[in-house]
Amino acid sequence: MQLKFQVQGMDFSRAGQAATKIKKALQLAGMDPATTRKAIIIAYEAEMNIVIHACHGSLTANITPRKVEIIADDEGPGIPDISLAMQEGYSTAPPHIREMGFGAGMGLPNIKKSADELDIRSEVNKGTRLWAVVFNN
Amino acid sequence: MTIKLQAVKEMLNADVLCGDNLLDTEVTCGFGCDLISDSLCFARPGCLLLTGLTNVQIIRLAEMVEARAIVFVRGKRPGEDVIGLAREKNLPLLATDMFLFESCGILYQAGLRSF
Repeated sequence: MQLKFQVQGMDFSRAGQAATKIKKALQLAGMDPATTRKAIIIAYEAEMNIVIHACHGSLTANITPRKVEIIADDEGPGIPDISLAMQEGYSTAPPHIREMGFGAGMGLPNIKKSADELDIRSEVNKGTRLWAVVFNN
Repeated sequence: MTIKLQAVKEMLNADVLCGDNLLDTEVTCGFGCDLISDSLCFARPGCLLLTGLTNVQIIRLAEMVEARAIVFVRGKRPGEDVIGLAREKNLPLLATDMFLFESCGILYQAGLRSF
């Protein structure tokens, strides 16, 4: 099963909706709760990254009984230094985003912890593609 | 140990912003936090979420982690849009003037735990 959602930069009113729908689909598909939890952390953090940092993008979930694949593709400023962005506490989010409870620099580290496989490719001033897999136990 | 929202309301001297009819709901654990990412990773299904965050994202987050209710601390009150979304999702919202530390302490003393 594939679910694909468009995600708009700075649209905080709808942010999180895609991840919520992915969660419901995973539960309906009968995935293991631990798999669902990990996949949802990835989906939500990736969705919020698009909302906070990019112009627009998409969030895709490919669900099979064996695994969940999450792909976040965006057009935006890109990530100049991915290893720096993977460090806990590093964030480029502006103060008004931090006031909303985001920008603690835990998004990508949480994605890394939750994913069984992860690949992030980014080009400055073009965009970022995040691909993550969680295997279903 | 579970605690009913009615008891939470009384212990924290809280106002009910929505979900008056759901005060019989029992929460199985508590989580207090002002960071979305940490709440996503550590809050458990069935929990009572205590927070100072009042934007619409906290409702989406509560739905995602399957929190049973939210208590807004430090006298913070969310806007009508946030309350409306919570009502739509049958998520009770309470609000107290107490600090996060104090609120968690009272509930912990009453027997509520993190897990």
